[in-house]
Amino acid sequence: METLYVVCVGVITACGVFLCLRGRTFSIVVGLTMLSYAVNLFLFSSGRLHLDGAAVLGTSEQYADPLPQALVLTAIVIGFAMIAFVVILAMRGRADLGNDLVDGREPPDTKKLVNSSRGKV
Amino acid sequence: MSLFWISVIMMLGVIVPVLTERYGRTVNTLFTMLAPAIALAYIGSLIPAVLAGEVITETFEWIPAAGLVLSMRLDGLALMFALLILGIGLLIIFYARYYLSASEAAGRFYAYLILFMTAMLSIVLANNVLQLWMAWEVTSISSFLLISFWSAKTESRKGARMALTVTGAGGLALLAGLLLIGDIVGSYNLEVILASGDLIREHMLYPVVLILVLLGAFTKSAQFPFHFWLPHAMAAPTPVSAYLHSATMVKAGIFLLARFYPVLNGTDMWFLIVTMAGLVTLVLGAYVALFKHDLKGLLAYSTVSHLGLIVLLLGLDTQLAAVAALFHIMNHAVFKASLFMAAGIIDHETGTRDMRQLSGLWRFMPHTATLAMVAAASMAGVPLLNGFLSKEMFFAESINQETLGFLSWMVPVLATLAGIFAVAYSLRFIHDVFFNGEPEGLPKSPHEPPRFMKIPVEILIALCLIVGMFPAFVVGDLLASASTAVLRTELPYYSLSIWHGFNIPLLMSIIAIVGGIVVYAVRRHLFRFQAQFAESDAKLVFEGMVQWLVNAATRVDEALSNGSLQRYVAALLTFAILLTAVPLLNHNVTLTHPDNQPVTFVEVVAAVLLCLSAIATVIYHRKRALALVTLSVVGLIVSVAFARFSAPDLALTQLAVEVAAVILLILALYFLPKNTRTESSPSRVARDIGIAAAIGGIVATINYAFITQPLDSISDFYLANSKTGGGGTNAVNVILVDFRGLDTLGEILVLGIAALGIFKLLADIKLSMISANERGLPWSEDKHPPILVMISQSLLPLALLVSFYIFLRGHNMPGGGFIAGLITSIALIQQYIAHGVDWIKPRLTINYQSLIAWGVLIAAFTGIASWAFGVPFMTTWFDYFDIPLIGEIELASALVFDLGVYLTVVGATLLILANLGKLTSVHRPTAEE
Repeated sequence: METLYVVCVGVITACGVFLCLRGRTFSIVVGLTMLSYAVNLFLFSSGRLHLDGAAVLGTSEQYADPLPQALVLTAIVIGFAMIAFVVILAMRGRADLGNDLVDGREPPDTKKLVNSSRGKV
Repeated sequence: MSLFWISVIMMLGVIVPVLTERYGRTVNTLFTMLAPAIALAYIGSLIPAVLAGEVITETFEWIPAAGLVLSMRLDGLALMFALLILGIGLLIIFYARYYLSASEAAGRFYAYLILFMTAMLSIVLANNVLQLWMAWEVTSISSFLLISFWSAKTESRKGARMALTVTGAGGLALLAGLLLIGDIVGSYNLEVILASGDLIREHMLYPVVLILVLLGAFTKSAQFPFHFWLPHAMAAPTPVSAYLHSATMVKAGIFLLARFYPVLNGTDMWFLIVTMAGLVTLVLGAYVALFKHDLKGLLAYSTVSHLGLIVLLLGLDTQLAAVAALFHIMNHAVFKASLFMAAGIIDHETGTRDMRQLSGLWRFMPHTATLAMVAAASMAGVPLLNGFLSKEMFFAESINQETLGFLSWMVPVLATLAGIFAVAYSLRFIHDVFFNGEPEGLPKSPHEPPRFMKIPVEILIALCLIVGMFPAFVVGDLLASASTAVLRTELPYYSLSIWHGFNIPLLMSIIAIVGGIVVYAVRRHLFRFQAQFAESDAKLVFEGMVQWLVNAATRVDEALSNGSLQRYVAALLTFAILLTAVPLLNHNVTLTHPDNQPVTFVEVVAAVLLCLSAIATVIYHRKRALALVTLSVVGLIVSVAFARFSAPDLALTQLAVEVAAVILLILALYFLPKNTRTESSPSRVARDIGIAAAIGGIVATINYAFITQPLDSISDFYLANSKTGGGGTNAVNVILVDFRGLDTLGEILVLGIAALGIFKLLADIKLSMISANERGLPWSEDKHPPILVMISQSLLPLALLVSFYIFLRGHNMPGGGFIAGLITSIALIQQYIAHGVDWIKPRLTINYQSLIAWGVLIAAFTGIASWAFGVPFMTTWFDYFDIPLIGEIELASALVFDLGVYLTVVGATLLILANLGKLTSVHRPTAEE
């Protein structure tokens, strides 16, 4: 079970990182969302994986660790605020810069540069 | 009174001139002199003790845990310097009263001056080398402020910058050197360091330490090849030059050499480097001084030359040389300060310092001329003056040493040569200015300065004469005490008398005086010879080097940072991989707690679905709407996973957030391009896949490593006290609102700040509205379908009821303020979607900003309220009440706290989503709103 869990965390992390490395703002937003899932799962698992052990007193024999749960709960809400902030920032960037590139400008076209330095158009 | 008080009083003295400036110049000056005068009086009261051989040490434990100790120490050397700094400093302050014109900011000037004085005093009184270094740096900075006092002039700014760059760089070298010394000795205490000379000299790193410390000293004392900054620092007001270049600043470097003399001296390396630097500086400075037409330029190079002399003496291998060096430090400070002041008077009363214009001033200012002549004679080394005595000692030591082996004869020869030039330039200072025909083309008609302006000069000249005639009586004890501090042994025999009989040093003095007169007489030929060389301006060379450095730095910077955030992220992640992977490579975890939970079919399906939809999101990330769908699948499975692994609160929160996030992203997508063009090159994609895979792998590994370890959690405390201490059975909620309530308060604050930031970002945003979707089809005309309107409207009360229920039961069952707040927000957003902003606006008149504010206030107030009951912040209270018809219920103050959380979450979520939604309508938020 644990193996399966960490594989999922790894896959989500990798997908999130890959998307964060893209050049357009929307991909970054999606990537960050994905990363926050991964981070939340990662943190949550520090309380180990328990089945049928919700930390409500009197409902089971052995309780899951409530501390990581409480931390992750606020992390989820703050993560949402962060995603919202980034997405609005992306919109503002598009409105002010006229594009949705992370770098704020088109990447220089190296082929064109090489040609112009050789005197070709 | 203690030595620390000196620092405190002097630091207070820095603000005094600024405060008293408005009461007129004289009052300002007198009040400014107060702090140094008190310090001088106190140091004066300690003179007998120090001269008797006592070393006064005081220690103040500043941060003992970090080993930081402030410590002061007054020995003979420190006493000598402290007297020079304070004594000459007081005279300078007095002199500046008459030098600065009424329109100049005297308060600021005095403040800089006292700051500088404080720093100098702290250098000489420090008993901790780090403390010494701090003060050292403050002298660099405050001298920068002083030199650039007339900041409107280019040369002032450039001169100040040059001085700061050179001495500041030297200061960094010194810091490195001092740290190494501290490392070798194991202490930064000066006493300990001074006692471990052998340890340092025999250490492998001794050459490095020596070079670093010498770099610091030589840059400060303007030794060749770092001498070039000093003449350019002459752009400062003359009182500053008189102070910086006689008793302080440049003498700080000399002080450092003298201070560390017992530790670093005694090796061939020390003799060679220090002697050579001193010798070259001595001759070069004396030679160049002769050709300077500017009075202060002449004095500047003469200062360079005399500093070379002192350094040379410290580098020679006899003990008497060190005594001579200390004696010359005093003498040079006295006569050079008076000469600078005299030059300032001449400049002040004639309007120029150019010796080609100045001539025959004797007729106009005989009094000043007499003073200047005595001082210049002292500089030239004429008998009966103090300069003569130390110069004789210098000549004597130049013969007695064998520092340069077979070439040791060079030292006396070059010393005599420098003596010849010294006489020549001193003669020029007198003859060219006060005699030699009539003045021509002076900006002002010359006359004697105000009476009081001459007093400081007279005091110094009197010192020159008294020391020159009765040396042993006046300074004998002080010199002996300072020499003991430097040599740390029994003092060798020396005699401070004027007449030692006919001997070689006297012959050298005679050669110097006669030779100097001859050189001055034939100066025309020398000037013609010198004129053949193109004059190189050190300022231009220096500026060129600085420019080159800036260009080089810019090139490196541009190569590293080209403005591409994408590149930075990739670099950052690669670095993170390296940082985490390396320890993992060397780490073997024994898996004590391997997979112990069986996997069911459902879980495998969910995991596969999760991974597939994550990968699908990546593959389809250019089709943005599709990516959003697959992304929400990931989010849903994550919330299911939380439910499965015994975290119902998390599952509920994740589910609610998921809905809000998807609404948010869909709204954002309305304004952003619907598709992403392919623009990453295949190699870039391959690189990114590599980075992503590596990070995913590392994260999974670390996760597996700790998830399989036995759990040793502090949560047992929370579980045990949840009901009895917090009054709730849902431990997660009790942690949120009670045990870790302060964290939660901080978190809702962050939430509120994020929402307000978004509100500000959305104000007056200029967005292009897209009238058609990506396939060119127009948006649906039916914006608010009736079925959606009807269902959402009827769902609203139910949703609110559910959220109320979730809120109330939160303390004992899964739920709470966060989840209830999200549910309420979604229910309201649902109305926005169904009816549109126009319909909602008149019906829902809640100000979301104030909702956030109220939420945070209520939560904070619940915390503060506990003070009223005399218990610590955020202590909760609960009790059980029996109410008819309803039965027993529990009331807890944590519920009020949770209400604050609830309100903040509702306010923040709605502020974000509603304002984003409003962009599509005419009710756009504006900056004024």
